[in-house]
Amino acid sequence: MRAVITSGRDPRPPGDSGGGSAGAGNLAERVFRIRESGILVVLVVFVAVTTLAQPRFLSEANIQFILVDTTVFALLALGETMVVISRNVDLSVGSVLGLSAYASSNLFGHHAGIPIPVVFLVGLAIGLVCGVANGVMVAAGRVPSLVVTLATLYIIRGIDILMFSGQQVVEAVLPNAFLAIPKSTVLGVPDLAIAVAAVIVVGDYYLRNYRSARELYAIGSNPEAARLAGIPVGRRIFTAFALSGAIAGIAGVLWAAQYGTIDSSAGTGYELQVVSAVVVGGVAIFGGSGSVVGAALGALLLGTITTALYVLGISPFWDQAIWGALLLLAITLDQTITERLTSALRQRRTRHV
Amino acid sequence: MSSLADRLRAAGRGAARWETGLAIVVLAVIIGGSAASPQFLTGSNVFDMGLSNGEIAIMTLPMTLVVISGEIDLSVASMLGMSSALLGVLWSHGWPMPAIFVAVAALGLAAGALNGLLVTRLRLPSLAVTIGTLALYRGIATILLGPTTVANFPTAYTNLGVNGVPGTNGDVTYSTLIFVVLAIGFGVVLHATPFGRSIYAMGASAEAAQFAGIRVKRIKTVLYMISGLICALAGVLYTFRLNTSVENNGLGLELDVVAIVLLAGVSIFGGKGSMIGVVLAVLVFAGIQNALLLTNFNQEATGIVTGALLLASVFVPNAARWIRHLTRPRTQKA
Repeated sequence: MRAVITSGRDPRPPGDSGGGSAGAGNLAERVFRIRESGILVVLVVFVAVTTLAQPRFLSEANIQFILVDTTVFALLALGETMVVISRNVDLSVGSVLGLSAYASSNLFGHHAGIPIPVVFLVGLAIGLVCGVANGVMVAAGRVPSLVVTLATLYIIRGIDILMFSGQQVVEAVLPNAFLAIPKSTVLGVPDLAIAVAAVIVVGDYYLRNYRSARELYAIGSNPEAARLAGIPVGRRIFTAFALSGAIAGIAGVLWAAQYGTIDSSAGTGYELQVVSAVVVGGVAIFGGSGSVVGAALGALLLGTITTALYVLGISPFWDQAIWGALLLLAITLDQTITERLTSALRQRRTRHV
Repeated sequence: MSSLADRLRAAGRGAARWETGLAIVVLAVIIGGSAASPQFLTGSNVFDMGLSNGEIAIMTLPMTLVVISGEIDLSVASMLGMSSALLGVLWSHGWPMPAIFVAVAALGLAAGALNGLLVTRLRLPSLAVTIGTLALYRGIATILLGPTTVANFPTAYTNLGVNGVPGTNGDVTYSTLIFVVLAIGFGVVLHATPFGRSIYAMGASAEAAQFAGIRVKRIKTVLYMISGLICALAGVLYTFRLNTSVENNGLGLELDVVAIVLLAGVSIFGGKGSMIGVVLAVLVFAGIQNALLLTNFNQEATGIVTGALLLASVFVPNAARWIRHLTRPRTQKA
């Protein structure tokens, strides 16, 4: 029934525009809005409660910290969302980020004066190659993405370790302009957060309005039906993986700028955090529904929680348990809404017939 | 009524192809390992191999059942860590060891039951649920222990982790012995009991199994509880082997466990796989890790081999099918 939910994004069928009993599309659309705004409400309530307990939480420095800290995850979540919508998963993002972070920032040490955009391009290229590899294997090989990306998670991390283990890129070799990227602000808002927000808005527009993106939802709802409907399933899935890889590559360069010290373990375990953010953000793990904005909000919520616990003086040892509980809550809530919606739609349809 | 032996034999036949391939790989690993290092086949090295892979191997057994039933359990390493943490905390509070074992087993069962109930009663996807409990259980381990490390376990227990089983020349670890005994038990249950057959049935089609009168939800919950219990056992072994209870014990092992199970030919979509395959895959995994260690390959990078094996495990059967498809004479035309 996931197809029904996503149809809320499509233009309403003509018959639904008026009349007392709103059509299925209308209802689905309303619930969908609730799903996304639900995360926003949780976020706002969480920030409000934390601020009441500790006003320091809303200080400019702290907000900047949260925003910058979230950017990398929000970016990764963007790519992951496209993959998950198509009923796949990309577990290799953490390893891709790690390889890109080291290989790209390492250039500064070996080629002093290399322009920063070139370094970003190198990161992008590394990510793209990894993403293309994933995409080819999943789309052309027709093997489960969970297995393929679990394998590339290991292989890419292994390559990273073989090439760079025992070495470190230290802050001293990185140019100041590069390290300043996460620090510069416009009217108190980090440039990086603005840039990532812009990317997310573009991604959201694309996923809502472009044919190729809508086909991703169709594939995720029912791969077999999508194939029969003439959708180039393989090509779409390939593109989603390639984009996810490319984005992880860029995120790697940003990670390097943010942390300054990079070794071959950068980004280890990020895959589960990214999948968590995406799922908390309301993207169905079995595809067919969800939005980039939701996923980004999920990443922001998780980042905010971590910082809030710190500000509230709650031991950071509680972070993970609260994260886990929240994730379980999010998927339970999501499932409940989906089931309610499904039965509501079924009732409406029978009434009309 | 067929005898137990008959049914086991039938199971062996049905799953023969992939397992034959794995057996050849095991032989290749043994030959390659011996060629790479004269130490490979020595008793003390066999001991080391068992030591460094024992807990992972034990955790593959319940994972096999869960995956065949059509679900997945990514929280296994966190349940190991949580059990290890509880063991450490209770010991530092002066509990007697037998009482601690009961408590740890109860915790494992409870953790598995929560996974199972969330998956079956709330109908949530197991992938998402167990990523959530992966974080939750690891988080509970962290809350239990904080930054402390408990390391003063009695030598009577920690010796179990570092000594060999008597009568084996000290070459077989207790974890290896436990793995072998459990693997036989799990194999018999999976391949020769109605309970085991019902796991395949629900993995092939949960709906059909339901209509055939199989209590899908109950059995899946039981499988998750078994997983919790076995992971608790692995947690105890891990703790005694390293004589350390610390919050990040076993961090990330879930991926190794899943990799071995998939390498064994167990289908990620459920309904297919065998215990013999899993035992062979454990041997391949342990053998390659160990051979690489002996040849001074960067130990952290051995994941490359695990990854390559995983890819091979999905592509080789596909390639075989393509080749068969291409070489088949096209006489029939619909």
